[in-house]
Amino acid sequence: MRSDPAYSNDFVATVAKTSWPQGAVGAERGRGGRPSNLGPDDVAISHHTKRLRPLFAPVAAISLAACHRSGVLDPQGPVARAETLILIDATAIMLAVIVPVIAVTLAFAWWYRRGNAHARRRSDFAYSGPIEMVVWSIPLLIILFLGGIAWTSSHELDTARPLKSDRPPVNVEVVSLDWKWLFIYPDQGVATVNRLVIPAGTPIRLRLTSSGVMNSFLVPQLGSQIYTMAGMTTELNLLADRPGQYKGFSAQFSGAGFSDMRFIVETVPPDRFGGWVAALRPHGGLLDIPAYRALARPALSATGYYGSVAPSLFDVIIADGTQWRCHTQAPSATKGSAVAC
Amino acid sequence: MLGRLTWSAIPWGEPIPLITAGVVGAGLASILGLIVWRGWFPYLWREWLTSTDHKRIGVLYCGLALAMLVRGFSDAIMMRAQLALAAHGAPGYLPPDHYNQIFSAHGTIMIFFVAMPFVVGLMNFAVPLQIGARDVAFPVLNAVSFWLTAAGVLLVNVSLVVGEFSRTGWLAYPPLSETAFSPGVGVDYYLWSLQISGLGTLLSGINLVVTILKLRAPGMGYMRMPVFVWTALASNLLIVAAFPVLTATFAMLLLDRYCGFHFFTIGAGGNPMMYINLIWIWGHPEVYILILPGFGIFSEVIATFSGKPLFGYRSMVAATMVICMLSFMVWLHHFFTMGAGANVNAFFGVMTMVIAVPTGVKVFNWLFTMYGGSIRFEVPMLWAIGFIITFVIGGATGVLLAIPPADFVLHNSLFLIAHFHNTAIGGVLFGAMAGYTYWFPKAFGFRLEERLGKAVFWCWLIGFYLAFMPLYVLGLMGATRRMQHYDDPNWQPLMIVAFAGAVLILIGIMLTVLQLYVSIRTREHRRDTNGDPWVGRTLEWSIPSPPPAWNFAVLPQVEGLDAWWTTKQRRLDGADPGGARAFAPFHLPRRNPTGFTAAFFAVVMGFALIWHIWWMALGGVAGIVALGLRQAWRTETEVEVSAADIAAYDQARMAGGPA
Amino acid sequence: MTVAATPIEEIPLSLRGPAPTRVLVGYGFWLFLLSDIIIFGVFFAAYAVLSGETAGGPGGPQLFERGRVLIETGCLLASSFTCGMMAIAATRRARGTTFFWALVTMALGATFLSLETIEFARMAASGAVPQRSAFLSSFFTLVGTHGLHVTTGLVWLGVMIAQIATLGFSAAVQRRLLCFTLFWHALDIVWVGVFTIVYLGAH
Repeated sequence: MRSDPAYSNDFVATVAKTSWPQGAVGAERGRGGRPSNLGPDDVAISHHTKRLRPLFAPVAAISLAACHRSGVLDPQGPVARAETLILIDATAIMLAVIVPVIAVTLAFAWWYRRGNAHARRRSDFAYSGPIEMVVWSIPLLIILFLGGIAWTSSHELDTARPLKSDRPPVNVEVVSLDWKWLFIYPDQGVATVNRLVIPAGTPIRLRLTSSGVMNSFLVPQLGSQIYTMAGMTTELNLLADRPGQYKGFSAQFSGAGFSDMRFIVETVPPDRFGGWVAALRPHGGLLDIPAYRALARPALSATGYYGSVAPSLFDVIIADGTQWRCHTQAPSATKGSAVAC
Repeated sequence: MLGRLTWSAIPWGEPIPLITAGVVGAGLASILGLIVWRGWFPYLWREWLTSTDHKRIGVLYCGLALAMLVRGFSDAIMMRAQLALAAHGAPGYLPPDHYNQIFSAHGTIMIFFVAMPFVVGLMNFAVPLQIGARDVAFPVLNAVSFWLTAAGVLLVNVSLVVGEFSRTGWLAYPPLSETAFSPGVGVDYYLWSLQISGLGTLLSGINLVVTILKLRAPGMGYMRMPVFVWTALASNLLIVAAFPVLTATFAMLLLDRYCGFHFFTIGAGGNPMMYINLIWIWGHPEVYILILPGFGIFSEVIATFSGKPLFGYRSMVAATMVICMLSFMVWLHHFFTMGAGANVNAFFGVMTMVIAVPTGVKVFNWLFTMYGGSIRFEVPMLWAIGFIITFVIGGATGVLLAIPPADFVLHNSLFLIAHFHNTAIGGVLFGAMAGYTYWFPKAFGFRLEERLGKAVFWCWLIGFYLAFMPLYVLGLMGATRRMQHYDDPNWQPLMIVAFAGAVLILIGIMLTVLQLYVSIRTREHRRDTNGDPWVGRTLEWSIPSPPPAWNFAVLPQVEGLDAWWTTKQRRLDGADPGGARAFAPFHLPRRNPTGFTAAFFAVVMGFALIWHIWWMALGGVAGIVALGLRQAWRTETEVEVSAADIAAYDQARMAGGPA
Repeated sequence: MTVAATPIEEIPLSLRGPAPTRVLVGYGFWLFLLSDIIIFGVFFAAYAVLSGETAGGPGGPQLFERGRVLIETGCLLASSFTCGMMAIAATRRARGTTFFWALVTMALGATFLSLETIEFARMAASGAVPQRSAFLSSFFTLVGTHGLHVTTGLVWLGVMIAQIATLGFSAAVQRRLLCFTLFWHALDIVWVGVFTIVYLGAH
């Protein structure tokens, strides 16, 4: 195996210092309580499974007995909540099938063992019409039901579908770079690196692209992920119920710095969001094309801020993604291999 | 002169590959030394390296698979160790650069060089025996197929020591796998070794389809074929339909990398999404190629060790062929999160669930086969029971992931990793181990040692649950795949449990090796004297163990399902006295060096293409062409076996002589 | 075990036991051709996806000359006919006639290839190389793969002529000729797809 000299153990040590901002996350959730004018039902997602809600608590409790709540098991927004609910309900349905199957397997294996004198042997029992009927029907019915859930939920939770809310959405343009995340706020004219600050209880409309290889934007506590691809945009709509800090990362392997491609979603009370933007403007630098190109060079990045953004920069970045150019992930070509661009 | 190959291609500064290479090199050298010193080479050349006998080739495939299991598993335990260590700022012991090659190698090797050869090897060995045939349709092609697979294996292993392997995962998605982002030789090693072995697999698929459809014994109509043959047919039809897609897709990526084409590049109109679609149009049928023969093996094993016919034969056949067709209609569920939109996602989600229906039917049919039976807990039956329990869990999590919004939070997480290992280990590996144990006495004339076999089973079963159940939880907690380190210290205990599970599996693998050694040393205690050690139901148990080269002295006249069981029942009833048989002469294929030598040139060509040594590549191609021409002018391709020869063999066997 | 001597025509095909070698070879080669057609299918699909991606460079209407394509098509279709004539002569074991029709087939195939080579060379000279755009990459790959198959076919035909000359019309040689004719006709079918989708579809 060849190792790239740029990414040795020193690299890992450097990374460990820069991956999370000070005041590390994990324990800091739920500061400030839930905004009063929002509840989980505000978002118009079908609650045909509402009556299975009582199952939520015991099943979750059992499965979380030894676990620290995080990720999917700790939904902090309506999208994540809906998806977690689907998971739990579908799990319950599947358990209703597989637990009896496993029990019957063990029971038959034990009862019909050769040494059991009590068992009635039926050595020619190889066909039964009624059993066949049942055996085809049970999986079919379950799958019809779950298929219906799949169909309706795919439409309701389509990532491109805007979330209903009283508040106007905040638009964020996301660019995945090697190996960091750039968040541009087109309406506010600011940008951040590896830190997505959003107001609580407000729908966030994300448009995403990539500077190069594919990545996938995922904040498990807020819900759905979506791939980012160069030269095109994908759309994602999320909402965080309450102030807090949530971990985000890339869910699609993108090269040497992939494990450090992490960001924080910081949800602030809605009245503080404007103040944050205003505070950023005088201090951060300008994000224009040259600054973007410098940022796009393959390297990890600490959290960064830009107080002003060149107009339509996101469109320029997308157009950039349609241009054939010798992008390269290695800061310098490794010995013995030719970069054939 | 030597393209881009230089001395710096050898990882002088990296202890792990160097030590591994040293150990493996020393091991190979000592084996070779032993062979030369004991004068075994003529025997090996004559009986194994140039064999065109499907039984030998099947054994070679399985041996290759077991050897590569060790390599693929080493990658796995290295990954587990790294993740057990690398929590919350700790770097672990594997830098990202190595780790990324290791996970890529792990997946590639396990799918292409462990699971595929194991499954193809078992099908190669057992299918002609079960259909009452003397060999497969194209014996020389069969040898070529095996040796091309071995060529792929060799190239992948060479990458450990000369150059590097790919760092793009087992499917090498562009744009990451394009030259711009992966300029080294790693992705080229990956592509060429898989193109070469992929050709072997395609040829093997064609071979087995023709064998099953055109070489069955007289009287064996379609509804009298054993279920394993049906699943082998479905699997090989999938190979013939799906592997060309892999070949073409890799060819396009190779054209991008070598000739600057723009199929999947960023810019100039390239479309990486197209690669993902195409590769999964192959990729999903691939997993069914692997699991269907596993299902078939369990159908045979459960029926045999319950002493009952398989319940619902027609249903099983229907379910198998339905799975075969549906497997081409679900591929998008591997990338729900690429943003195809609600309608497309929903369609594929529903189709994915539909394919769970025939699988569920099979499980119920296996349970009703056990019902009313008289179950013997021989080692294959243990694997079968472990399989049913484990596979239904894996299938259930698959149904969960088939719901697009659920997948939106779990795609590419450790939950996904747990799901597919659940089905791959619980289904494919357990099936391969069951088949290995089940058909071993037929191949070699003695059974494997039972107590060690049971120990192997328990190590794998418990080890699997320890290693992968924590991954389900970790995926729900937000852990993604392919990460080399992580921040949340709460994940570490689960990672450590997973590592413990991997250690238990390691013990299982070591016990497998020990079992083989002990079984050979004490084989006289477990001789298969009558060819039917398990009281089987299908035709392979009607011939001696190991079978003569021609399998059946007289082609059986088949009159129903479970042909051998029926014959035995009739003999017990006195209706079929057996007695003197009339032997007619037939032809057997001669041994042929084309397979082995073609693979040699394929390795030369592949290695040369990887390193851009164009003259050597041309030499490799020229060698293959020359071999083809040589084969075309071979007129002495068969040897006649006379009636007298067969009669003499038969008499010697009846007299209790060596089989 | 004795079986009542049922005439073989009354036994269903699936129950007759192992098929003769010629059937195996023909069936197996057909399966191989189907797998080859799937490879072409993937290239067709790639062409369909990428045919509009000219990256600012030339597209089909600018590059394709229908006249030449018509002649190529004529050559290839005619060569299928002459291949059939060769097959008939081979079943009659008429060496001279077989060689004649084989050489005519080769000539027609070589004409096809030269015309295609000229087309590629002209395109390359004008800057329309496969490295220019995804459309050109997929065009050259699809049409080029077909051309490679034709080239392989011509080499194979040469080998078959040599085999007939040295081994005569043995059973093995006859089987290989069968495979060759299947291959050659399949290439024709693929070409029909190519000129329809690529050349006619570009206008």
